[in-house]
Amino acid sequence: MTALRPPGTLAAALMIARKDLSMEYRTRSAFFSSLVFSLLGVSIFYMVWDPTAVRPIDMAPGVLWTIFAFAGMLGLHRAFGLELQTRAMDGLLLAPVSREAIFLGKALANLVYVSAVLAVTIPAVVLFYNLEFGSGLLILGGIGVLAAIGLVTVGTLFSSMTVHTRFAELLLPMLALPFFIPVVVPAAQASAKLLVGAELQTVMPWIQVLVAFDLMFGVACVLAFPFTIED
Amino acid sequence: MADVDLSIHAGECLALFGPNGAGKTTLLRLLAGLLRPTSGEVRLLGVPLKGDAAAERGQVGLISHQSMLYDVLTVAENIAFAARLHGVPDADAATEDAMARLGLQGRELTPVRALSRGWQQRVSIARAIVHGPALVLLDEPYTGLDVAGARALTQLLLALREAGAALALVTHSVDEGLALATHAAIMLDGTIRRHEPTASLDAVEYAESYRRLVLEVAA
Amino acid sequence: MPDTLAHSLPTTGGGRTAEKPVAVFDWLMAIAVVAVSAVIARAIWFTPPEALQGEAQKIFYIHVPSAVVGLYLACPLVAIGGAMYLWLRDERLDRLAESAAEIALVFLSIVLVTGPLWGKPIWGTWWTWDARLTSTLFLWFILLGYTVLRGAIEDRQQRARYSAVLGILAALLVPFIHLSVRLFRTMHPQPIVLTPDKPKLSAEMGLTLSLAFLAFSVLFVAMLRGRLKYAALRDHVEARESGDA
Repeated sequence: MTALRPPGTLAAALMIARKDLSMEYRTRSAFFSSLVFSLLGVSIFYMVWDPTAVRPIDMAPGVLWTIFAFAGMLGLHRAFGLELQTRAMDGLLLAPVSREAIFLGKALANLVYVSAVLAVTIPAVVLFYNLEFGSGLLILGGIGVLAAIGLVTVGTLFSSMTVHTRFAELLLPMLALPFFIPVVVPAAQASAKLLVGAELQTVMPWIQVLVAFDLMFGVACVLAFPFTIED
Repeated sequence: MADVDLSIHAGECLALFGPNGAGKTTLLRLLAGLLRPTSGEVRLLGVPLKGDAAAERGQVGLISHQSMLYDVLTVAENIAFAARLHGVPDADAATEDAMARLGLQGRELTPVRALSRGWQQRVSIARAIVHGPALVLLDEPYTGLDVAGARALTQLLLALREAGAALALVTHSVDEGLALATHAAIMLDGTIRRHEPTASLDAVEYAESYRRLVLEVAA
Repeated sequence: MPDTLAHSLPTTGGGRTAEKPVAVFDWLMAIAVVAVSAVIARAIWFTPPEALQGEAQKIFYIHVPSAVVGLYLACPLVAIGGAMYLWLRDERLDRLAESAAEIALVFLSIVLVTGPLWGKPIWGTWWTWDARLTSTLFLWFILLGYTVLRGAIEDRQQRARYSAVLGILAALLVPFIHLSVRLFRTMHPQPIVLTPDKPKLSAEMGLTLSLAFLAFSVLFVAMLRGRLKYAALRDHVEARESGDA
């Protein structure tokens, strides 16, 4: 028998995330469907308003973050879905790694995936809605990081529950969307102000809500996760 | 399940016989720590298995009906992932070794979903033993294996036993079970009905008494 | 077996012939119904209308107690029951959370219907994104999701664990939603709706409102008691059926 050196929480989380991402990279199914969904959404939203009545710059943030929440959710289901087919989840649970590592690994992979969708969607919004390139990318990207973390932590936790239920794909949005209110609303409000040139100081309350949400639900979801997987 | 009192020592193999629904799989999942017992405890290497006994859990290898494989990943990736997750010091060498023992050479780069059921079963076995577990739990491991695969598995299990691993083999085929076992037990309706060393057993007579017990309970 | 059932249900062990139907009449519910009816009658016929808002204000005698009972009695029980369940793993706590959630849904629905009914004549609009109304609406959605989640899971322990997790996270979410709605309102000038001063209640109105609180609280307890009894019986039957199978 060889002496085993079980990986630490972070190392194990990275292994799991890498495994998930290479699986997603092979198929790219979730990524492309989310991406196409968000690009379509962004373009359709442009055309349902009268651009002479509402300035595109006023519409852009709301459209972006709403679409982002929906597009992100499309892919979150996959994280635990791919563990279910052959009960590969048992393999993870049998391994000498903590439950927290499994959650962090899944959340990390989801974060990369959601960020990749954002990395294409944000420039598309900047382009389609005629925003100023430099500042637009910077503002939306920065808020995107904060929003993505909140979305992913809550979404990962809920997908680990809904994946075991009937009509999982319908249930996930129903449970998760109310939790995305304090993500989408602050993100949209803050970026709307910043895009039209407001000082960072004036949107600080919104940024604070985002950061507080990320911290609070980051901790709460890690703590709650073991309860969603025990048999 | 009630009143199950079993122990398996290093180098022993317990064959557990029982009809469908006798609680064999549940027992294995309990032994693996995937289920928590409502009462009583499971000890592994002398340590009670519960909650987050992560290090002890890592000493178990489980081969179940489900392959526990990722179908878009290759054979080698699947096995190496398990090795790394268990903290095997030289994961690549261990992966090579496990694949060699199950005759998987030449298929390292094949995605698992491109393999037949029998070959997937071999990969699944390689995945379960790559970290050299102290306790190997096998749930109907011969299902789907062809003659060559079955022989490779028997040799592998004998070698593991020799190397000091404890095996628990769940099956409803008495022949398969007795071929490997040092101890045999019969489980019916969640309780153990017989439990003895196999050395003194007559295979034909044992199979007959198992059949009688099963029919008795079914009636 | 929960001991609350001990008096009404014989043990399953062979003594089936001793089974008696459980009493149907719920005296507490009867008292609650009478009390609530009496309060409504008193509000309509025996309480003077408020000077500024007129008869419309009388809907407050239903609206406000429903909101208080739903938001401050029923909703916390969902989270507390869930958290205690994860700790003690007692099925009765899960049934408490389950029952409280459904009752909260009923009371919040009343709040969401009576609010606009009052808002139309007083504010001049059915719906306004008022901080409290908005938060209540989102809470109502969460409770709806909670009951749908429960319906989507077969395994009883899994259902209990999952809904407990959702209940606890929802409790953490409420302050964030409240904060978001508040900020939204302080940072944007609102469309002008009539904002009447807090109605000044005469002694008689105050008494009606206090009685309404009392009556709705009794109604809550009666509903909770009945719903818990139902849940216990249902689980008992389920356990017996799966045990017999």
